[in-house]
Amino acid sequence: MSDSLYGPLHDVAEDAGYADPPARAGFFTDTSVCIGCKACEVACKEWNAIPDDGFALTGMSYDNTGQLGASTWRHVAFIEQSRPREVGDGDGGTRWLMASDVCKHCTHAACLDVCPTGALFRTEFATVVVQQDVCNGCAYCVSACPYGVIDRREGDGRAWKCTMCYDRIGDGMEPACAKACPTDSIQYGPLDELRERARARLDELHAEGVAEARLYGEDENDGVGGDGAFFLLLDEPETYGLPPDPVVTTRDLPAMWKWAGGAAAALAGCVAVSFLGRR
Amino acid sequence: MAECHPVGFQWVMEAKARGAKVFHVDPRFTRTSAVAHRHLPIRAGSDIVLLGALVNHVLSGGHDFREYVLNYTNAASIVGEDFRDTEDLDGLFSGYDAEKREYDPTSWAYQNGDAQAAAGARDEAKTDDDRSHEHGPGATFEATPSQTGHAPRRDETLEHPRCVYQILKRHFARYTPELVEEMCGIGPERFAELADAIVANSGRDRTTAFVYSVGWTQHTVGAQYIRTAAILQLLLGNIGRPGGGILALRGHASIQGSTDIPTLFNLLPGYLPMPYAHEHEDLDTYLERAAGDTGFWGNKRAYMVSLLKAWWGDAATADNDFCFDYLPRLTGDHGTYHTVLDQIAGKVKGYFLMGENPAVGSAGGRLQRQGLAATEWLVVRDLNLIESAEFWRNSPEIAAGETSPEQIATEVFFLPAAAHTEKDGTFTNTQRLLQWHHKALDPPGDARSDLWFIYHLGLRVRERLAGSTDRNDRPIQELTWDYPVEGPHDDPSAEAVLAEINGYDGDGRPLSGFTALKDDGSTSSGCWIYSGCYTGGVNQTARRRPGPEQSWVAPEWGWAWPANRRILYNRASADPEGRPWSERKAYVWWDGEQWTGHDVPDFEKTKPPSYEPPEGATAQDAIAGTDPFIMQTDGKAWLFVPKGLVDGPLPAHYEPQESPVANPLYAQQDNPARQLYPRRGNRYHPAGSTVYPYAFTTYRLTEHHTAGGMSRFLPYLSELQPEMFCEVSPALAAERGLTNGGWATIVTARTAIEARVLVTERMSPLRIQGRTVHQVGLPYHWGTSGVVRGDSANDLLPIVLDANTHIQESKAATCDIRPGRRPQGAALGALVRRYRRQAGIPED
Amino acid sequence: MFNKRVGIEYWPVLRQLTGSDRLGRGKAARSKDTDALRARTGQADRVVESVCPYCAVGCGQKVYVKDEKVIQIEGDPNSPISRGRLCPKGSASKQLVTSPGRQTKVLYRRPHGTDWESLDLDEAMDMIADRVVDARRSGWEDTYEGKPVRRTMGIASLGGATLDNEENYLIKKLWSALGAIQIENQARI
Repeated sequence: MSDSLYGPLHDVAEDAGYADPPARAGFFTDTSVCIGCKACEVACKEWNAIPDDGFALTGMSYDNTGQLGASTWRHVAFIEQSRPREVGDGDGGTRWLMASDVCKHCTHAACLDVCPTGALFRTEFATVVVQQDVCNGCAYCVSACPYGVIDRREGDGRAWKCTMCYDRIGDGMEPACAKACPTDSIQYGPLDELRERARARLDELHAEGVAEARLYGEDENDGVGGDGAFFLLLDEPETYGLPPDPVVTTRDLPAMWKWAGGAAAALAGCVAVSFLGRR
Repeated sequence: MAECHPVGFQWVMEAKARGAKVFHVDPRFTRTSAVAHRHLPIRAGSDIVLLGALVNHVLSGGHDFREYVLNYTNAASIVGEDFRDTEDLDGLFSGYDAEKREYDPTSWAYQNGDAQAAAGARDEAKTDDDRSHEHGPGATFEATPSQTGHAPRRDETLEHPRCVYQILKRHFARYTPELVEEMCGIGPERFAELADAIVANSGRDRTTAFVYSVGWTQHTVGAQYIRTAAILQLLLGNIGRPGGGILALRGHASIQGSTDIPTLFNLLPGYLPMPYAHEHEDLDTYLERAAGDTGFWGNKRAYMVSLLKAWWGDAATADNDFCFDYLPRLTGDHGTYHTVLDQIAGKVKGYFLMGENPAVGSAGGRLQRQGLAATEWLVVRDLNLIESAEFWRNSPEIAAGETSPEQIATEVFFLPAAAHTEKDGTFTNTQRLLQWHHKALDPPGDARSDLWFIYHLGLRVRERLAGSTDRNDRPIQELTWDYPVEGPHDDPSAEAVLAEINGYDGDGRPLSGFTALKDDGSTSSGCWIYSGCYTGGVNQTARRRPGPEQSWVAPEWGWAWPANRRILYNRASADPEGRPWSERKAYVWWDGEQWTGHDVPDFEKTKPPSYEPPEGATAQDAIAGTDPFIMQTDGKAWLFVPKGLVDGPLPAHYEPQESPVANPLYAQQDNPARQLYPRRGNRYHPAGSTVYPYAFTTYRLTEHHTAGGMSRFLPYLSELQPEMFCEVSPALAAERGLTNGGWATIVTARTAIEARVLVTERMSPLRIQGRTVHQVGLPYHWGTSGVVRGDSANDLLPIVLDANTHIQESKAATCDIRPGRRPQGAALGALVRRYRRQAGIPED
Repeated sequence: MFNKRVGIEYWPVLRQLTGSDRLGRGKAARSKDTDALRARTGQADRVVESVCPYCAVGCGQKVYVKDEKVIQIEGDPNSPISRGRLCPKGSASKQLVTSPGRQTKVLYRRPHGTDWESLDLDEAMDMIADRVVDARRSGWEDTYEGKPVRRTMGIASLGGATLDNEENYLIKKLWSALGAIQIENQARI
């Protein structure tokens, strides 16, 4: 039971009841080749028919979407860095980091664990998806997400987030963002392959002297059991607005269940009976 | 490139992954800089200094690709004794007429070159246009291919003091790393790194590519920017070879196509010049002036006659000069900026805008809108209600109380256009590739394609003039205007139009290509360089053989002009004997019997490298087997241009019309041949003005498209860049009290606009001539309509043009910037006037 | 309130207790809509090959049409230029062609008018043709400074860089035959 809620888990889809599932699907976002074009944001919106998210200049570099939310499922962060310099030095010290953030599709997804309606569920690709025909807008998931990804849409009330284009990947297509990405900064594929590719890319960058390059969300021993969507970053996660050490907020759920288990089972039984009776 | 051509940029990233070194030269640190190996912040308007210093580095260091330079360029040609350089005349070339502000290029000719084809013949084209003195030579020169033939004298040792190589050496000697530091703000170490990388990456085994966009063209010296790059690339042997070249990244889906099949005043399809007004001009005299007799332009009669046959069909006969007289004549610059000033003067009654938004996208926005308001009637065809359609009710001038809808007499027709998904047709992309897009569905409501519009308008006009006996109506009465129609709206068949462009032989069969064109009227072709795009009656532009199933050249995807060649002048990818310069860079080569390789050879297939033209040969027969530049009269690439440019045979650095600094190289501050329009609403700032102390440059963002007609009306793009902003360095922000996220007002002698402020280290103050020069960055997408709105950067700019191209200088000008929003109403004009008075600029 | 009434077979707890998804977070939680989910591109009546209308890179596009509506536009992986990729503008192409803000009706603004009026397309075409004939005549020049020019300065035209080659060709052809010379496009800018 504890395997299902914390720590490494290799058969994520099997654990969710799928016999002989396809390979776990993932995103590898290599921010070292991101050009900040935001094609991912638009392609995502076009495919998923997401409404616009307001028209305000934030003043935060070229980022006017701000953060992931109910109506922004891909978000490109722009981070300007520079060291102090004299006039005439040029901009040798300037770095402009860009990174396309997305739902992490955690191995242990707290949003899913706390969802009382079963609206959030694990797909056969081991991704995490909100079923809009089920969600009742309770927002438990919103506070449970260690990354602050999932959000309720104003005027609609339901929780929304990246589905890794569940409809597309189910039909053998790439998610819209990965398909559009001009520089292949966003790569989609079997998670195992992506992890291998990411490690090779990391080695390459380290060999080129980019010592600050690192992977984020790739480690299955991290607090969420590793992410289905992981990243290659060129700085500390905090720089990109990512939590340095995310932990699934339901880590201690098994311990709680030990105490509450009996009561929960009884309650579930009652609910089942009442539902059957109403049919 | 990452900013405005992100998908094309994937190939730069690919090259980078394979070891290419990427330098980005730009006043701003952009999304391209972010992934380049090195960003070199440069002062806007100083690129010829940088490029000239690279030329000097190559020449003085002996780094040129000697075998290439000697055989494929005019380096060995000897220039006449009368030629004087800018180095001799303090910034002027010989032949300058200060009163007319134009050059007579006679003295730039090769020695004894007067025996060659008609050098100076085009001087006859000069008119006494009363406007020309003010505007410069662009108003009076015919823009034609140049005509100088083979240089009669060459010095293969390159030591003759008047050979092109030595002239270049002397000309660029003062373009040093020190000057680069002083004028561009790029330090000597950075320059050395760039110069070394370019030299190391050029030669037999390697090639370097230059990529530019309107950051080079939109200057009063724009054509010469690109010329400087051409000189550098030719000296290094980087033209006509894979991985080389000077690549113009163009910004509209078919802007290359609209240049090839030009909706441009001075050109006919296929770069044939529009005829200028002359007494007793006929087809023969036109052709004499139009191009040289040697090289592929030598077939000019076949190209021109076939065009006239395509337009006037059976009415065009040898007896009537193939209706050559039906073409209207030019008398100067009739470019869009000239037209706008003529509109204001009440000379233009009707105006059509088809997919273009000059109220936001053209320099001098106030003048643009004034022109629209002075037009009697206006037809706007677009997808959205752009500013140029609604200027009469929402322009900044109305907001300022300067005018009102009741005062504006323009009658406006807005006709909704069909989108690319709603019509068949071809776009020509930035690499000369024609790609067919298929109609997916009918356009909604009243929306129609422009093909429908122009065809049906033509029918109606012809109907109205059908009974006329006026000889001036014959060109329209006899025009071939009979296209099959299809669909519920009687759309003319785009394929039939493409077939006409491709051309037919005497039996009505589609031509195989331009080499099949005849000068006797037995063939027709609407654009000779496109001939072959419908060969065999098959739409070659619709070919879509998947990339992975083809060679890396992908010759079966679309169709590239001319003759489906993907790299122009690719004969230069082989050495004079026809062997690849190296295995690594093999592209086309002579296999002993014919030219072959990865691409369609840009050379006569069976002309051996040993071919020597016989005396008196014309057209391609005059091109030797070792001369790759087959459109040139001498088959050579021109390092020095004896004929064809109006502002000098060599590039020289001139400051922009509005510059914060003086030109240290010459007493001549600006390009002496630039086109000036000093007039009401178009006052210029003096150089080094302390009232307008900052340089500014305009640009596009990834998230928007030019004047916004296709982006500001879309929520998905608008939310990504919702407001007009300016970019300033922290130092400038501190100097002027600007805060990030706050407002700034940018002021020029034309107007003032407001913008939100982004304070960013990506803007670098530069040390120029010992003092700090600040640059302000201004994207130009916004206007008064759309989902997101804001002030237009183009309103700040004056109209001042490159004399070769008649393109405006919008990449470098000066301004003041101050904190806070701009004044509203009449106070706006008062602010602008106060600045003008302070700067001593004449009152409007 | 958002739950649709569904059959007992979709009741998660039942499936949880009877199936392999004991925690009810995966297979057992699937809703009817989820099971019915398919990529809409698969339901297109036709897929049409196109080219992106924004910049001059010339990225390949595939246009998916269902019930005479564009339901999706995405990159064409076969294109050796773009390899299926699109930038944000190219990715927004569907909104460009389907946006409710797009104008689909002819509008007319009379001289000194303060608002748009509606106008029949056919009538508009006739009015424009009348004006072309008139402006051409009134701006006609047989000679300029004594030299024959046979042209009209009464009509000017701007635009073409966003249009098709075939459209530019007919524009240049018609205007030239009418004697108009002030024909320009974005390439001048």
